[in-house]
Amino acid sequence: MDKPEKLMVDGKRLDGRAPEELRPLKIVAGILERADGSAYVEMGNNKVFAAVYGPREMHPRHDAKPDMAVLRCRYSMAPFSVDDRKRPGPDRRSMEISKVTREALAPVLFPELYPRSVVDVFIEILQADAGTRTAGINAASVALADAGIPMKDLVASVAVGKVEGTIVLDLTKVEDQYGTTDMPMAIIPRKKVITLLQMDGHLTGEEFSRAIDLAFQGCQKIYEAQRQALKEKYEVRRED
Amino acid sequence: MAEIVAKVKRDYIVSLAQQDKRTDGRALDQIRQASIKKGLIQTANGSARVKLGKTHVLVGVKLGKGEPFPDTPNSGILMVNSELLPMASPTFESGPPREESVELSRVVDRGIRESETIALDKLAIKSGEEVWTVFIDMDVLDHDGNLIDAAALAAMAALLNVKPPEDEAWTLPEFPIVQRPVAVTVAKINGKLLVDPDLEEEQVMDARLTLITKEDGSLCAMQKGGIGYFTQEEVAQAYSLAKEKAVELRKLLG
Repeated sequence: MDKPEKLMVDGKRLDGRAPEELRPLKIVAGILERADGSAYVEMGNNKVFAAVYGPREMHPRHDAKPDMAVLRCRYSMAPFSVDDRKRPGPDRRSMEISKVTREALAPVLFPELYPRSVVDVFIEILQADAGTRTAGINAASVALADAGIPMKDLVASVAVGKVEGTIVLDLTKVEDQYGTTDMPMAIIPRKKVITLLQMDGHLTGEEFSRAIDLAFQGCQKIYEAQRQALKEKYEVRRED
Repeated sequence: MAEIVAKVKRDYIVSLAQQDKRTDGRALDQIRQASIKKGLIQTANGSARVKLGKTHVLVGVKLGKGEPFPDTPNSGILMVNSELLPMASPTFESGPPREESVELSRVVDRGIRESETIALDKLAIKSGEEVWTVFIDMDVLDHDGNLIDAAALAAMAALLNVKPPEDEAWTLPEFPIVQRPVAVTVAKINGKLLVDPDLEEEQVMDARLTLITKEDGSLCAMQKGGIGYFTQEEVAQAYSLAKEKAVELRKLLG
């Protein structure tokens, strides 16, 4: 992928979006057969599945906690999901993403309800175009709800970044690679609190607060789409 | 593998925090006694030891030659690795790096890489064929909390300590360091924000936020950890704490 001459033209981005616009978003709840809960998410060109198993017995046993459930997350990228084939299996990046994903989702669960058990969340990136961890969190959150696991709220996630001096929402791969900054964030929308926050690049204090505001706005829209996806699967339509 | 904290201890730390106090008598915005000693290791190109309270990290920097990445043929390579040595804590085990160690390496790496601390573009030897590789290896010798800040500080100090290698291929007058990013971790305990959490505080905290800032106060990297959350106001407060404390720590770099 070569560096385009400009990433912003007349205030618009290369894909025609305004700075504060999300990519096309598609969320489907309950798409896999075997899993207790599942979801499929497309955020722009990202294609992501998430599956939830549990609460179920913890293996290995010694990882179980006597007084609460353990949340386990595994983020993984398919070898064909990126331009150069990715070696299958966990690497340092996916280990870190698995960790921050778990920490982003855990605050909405009630682990004390299921002592000695585990809730497994599996995220598989089938096609990657920047923001895969946020797409994974959005999918996982819907999959947890689809599995019927009690939750305080869903978790919604999106990245903001800086491209040629402008703070923009929901970066594409080109923007991530050739822009200055990437800041993924996840929130609990009803509480308006942040459960994932990472950043690399450069932000001044002013840009930082603008970036957080924009991420909140983006997450709110994603939240609506997540709820809609769950409603589509579970809404009872009265025939009269 | 977490250490167990007694409930009385947990309650004690939380109730102290409520009164803006800490078990070791520090103020909420007070960093533990910190010291840096550079150049302890003769076999490394640069090295530094940081003691942050009882936390103890030793970093060695080695310069090697390697092949550049195909997409950056004229750029040196930065590799950051950490070892949570079993000697540093009863909960650390030998074996391949785990999540905690991977996160530590990657957060320190991000701070150095994104702030462009090292002018990697000056480290090419032969375009597309050979470049200098900067290996930053961090040994954690004693773990009493806040490994990220201690390791990041030690890495920065070790980089400042790098002497150019005695090698014909090295043509620069000195090792090109152009920034001094500093990491400050802010922990949240029962709604209170405190800097430089020690091990016990880490065990009871709801969440932490690490902010890595440059000398002009701008951010170059962040990482939230722990299963709690932050409000927008708390993030803003953490940022101003981090800027303030980074100034203190940066002075120690000499």
